[in-house]
Amino acid sequence: MNKKNFGKENLIRYVLMLFALSSIFFLFLIFAFIMSEGLKLFFKVGLLNIIASLKWAPTKGFFGIFPMIVSSFIITVGALCVGGPLALACATYLAEYAGKKTKMFLKPAIELLAGIPSVVYGFLGVVYIVPLVREYLGGSGFSALSASIVLGVMILPTIISISYDALTSVPVVYREGSFAMGATKWQTIYLVVIPAARSGILAAFILGMGRAVGETMAVIMVAGNALQIPTSILDPLRTLTSNIALELAYATGDHRSSLFSTGVVLLVIIMVLNFIANFWVKRKVIKGS
Amino acid sequence: MNNRKPKILGTFTLIIMIVCSSFLGACSQKEAKGKKHTVTIAGSTSVMPFTEKLAEHFMVDHPDFVVNVQGGGSSAGIQACLLRTVDIGMSSRELKEGETALADTVICFDGIAIIVNPGNPLRNITLSQVKSIYSGQVKNWKDLGWIDRQIDAVTREEGSGTRGAFEELVMKKEEISPAIMVQDSNGSVKEVVATDPYAIGYISLGMVDEKIIALKVDGITPNLENIREKRYTIVRPFLFLTLGQPRPTVFTFIGYVLSEEGQEILRKEGLITKVYE
Repeated sequence: MNKKNFGKENLIRYVLMLFALSSIFFLFLIFAFIMSEGLKLFFKVGLLNIIASLKWAPTKGFFGIFPMIVSSFIITVGALCVGGPLALACATYLAEYAGKKTKMFLKPAIELLAGIPSVVYGFLGVVYIVPLVREYLGGSGFSALSASIVLGVMILPTIISISYDALTSVPVVYREGSFAMGATKWQTIYLVVIPAARSGILAAFILGMGRAVGETMAVIMVAGNALQIPTSILDPLRTLTSNIALELAYATGDHRSSLFSTGVVLLVIIMVLNFIANFWVKRKVIKGS
Repeated sequence: MNNRKPKILGTFTLIIMIVCSSFLGACSQKEAKGKKHTVTIAGSTSVMPFTEKLAEHFMVDHPDFVVNVQGGGSSAGIQACLLRTVDIGMSSRELKEGETALADTVICFDGIAIIVNPGNPLRNITLSQVKSIYSGQVKNWKDLGWIDRQIDAVTREEGSGTRGAFEELVMKKEEISPAIMVQDSNGSVKEVVATDPYAIGYISLGMVDEKIIALKVDGITPNLENIREKRYTIVRPFLFLTLGQPRPTVFTFIGYVLSEEGQEILRKEGLITKVYE
């Protein structure tokens, strides 16, 4: 009986392991595919002619994606400026102040926010935010600012849920200690709890950045997709992801490879961000244990 | 209870999907068996809707033919045709060097309209003004005799047939400035111009409707008559491309497109036929 059970348990264990490994297999496939398509061009025209050049005209032999790297960076920072404080405030409220009933209502609502398709965010951005920016701030409205606002809302769920976990995992004794010293609730939160959860919150922000860098559809719809390095937040810009999605339909030959090269750069950026986030989360776990 | 409902619904949808797809699969297989002649066409997304329309009519008249029409873009169509993966390539731009092995057949012409928002009082523009807007030299509506406001110019993405034709016919040697906004279809350009009072853009003449205003260029209204009389000059050909001697099947389809009947269909769609012949 025991032996039989043991065999069955092991079988299930290995089958599940196989499925778990398949995710790595797919990751590897994607990685290999993007590299094989995208690296060709790096060897052909040189790394600097791609990542440091300003001019993008792939059908005429110019493959510079530097403005797009800068643009991706700008709207990511913009999204963090818009969404970051909001998300942190929301997570703090959820973790420290909210009662059970409020939580029961708020948490699913935030999860729902994550489930809304990005094209819907983009559409709302085009219909409401773009005209508002155009009317009150000038420019065409299709701008870094509009994209940052839309992205800022889109990254809320990611940042909220991870910072919430970080805040709730701060041991109760920290809070009790602080209260015992005579600190008020707010003093406890911003002097004790948030600093203690700092690394987890940072990881949340970095994963939020990852989401912002990777977002495509909503950005195409509101950012205007111009090929310049923007000089103001009201200028249109094009991110790395938009570049791929915008031009893939018509691309052939080197043009197509150059889009995969854009993908390689994007992959590297996302990998670095995830690596940093994991590093922070890990440190938190070690510290916590 | 709450959990169960979606599950049942999901299973139900899945079953329906499987049944439908197997049914469809069986259908198309059966059809393919019955019909012997297939023609595969791919290329420009500007030409695609019209080719689809032609193919529909053609298949009604010729039940023993199957015509498959796919998009992909002018460049993709040209490549596919060169590699013989399709019978006919569609292009909305002229052939470049290195593509001249292909034989091109002009099936019709399409005008490109310069469009602005109805709120814009401008009704006439010169070709050189358009050029200076897109090259980034003119950035303010003041220079065109309107208010002191930045021009929100919109162009198409690199590789688009419409952009290719615009570069060739309007920009000539100049380049489109990188500060110009980019949208990825005729539809999105139209949408931007329709919502932004300070925008200017260019789209296929067949797409022009009451949401936007098509400007006169050098005093000439972009309409069928002016294009036929060669007064309006921002006009591009829609091409069917073939490599070598086409099969009789392919020949029959192209013959149909060029026939009075096929051309009539294109005319009804707002395209210009048999102008330059």
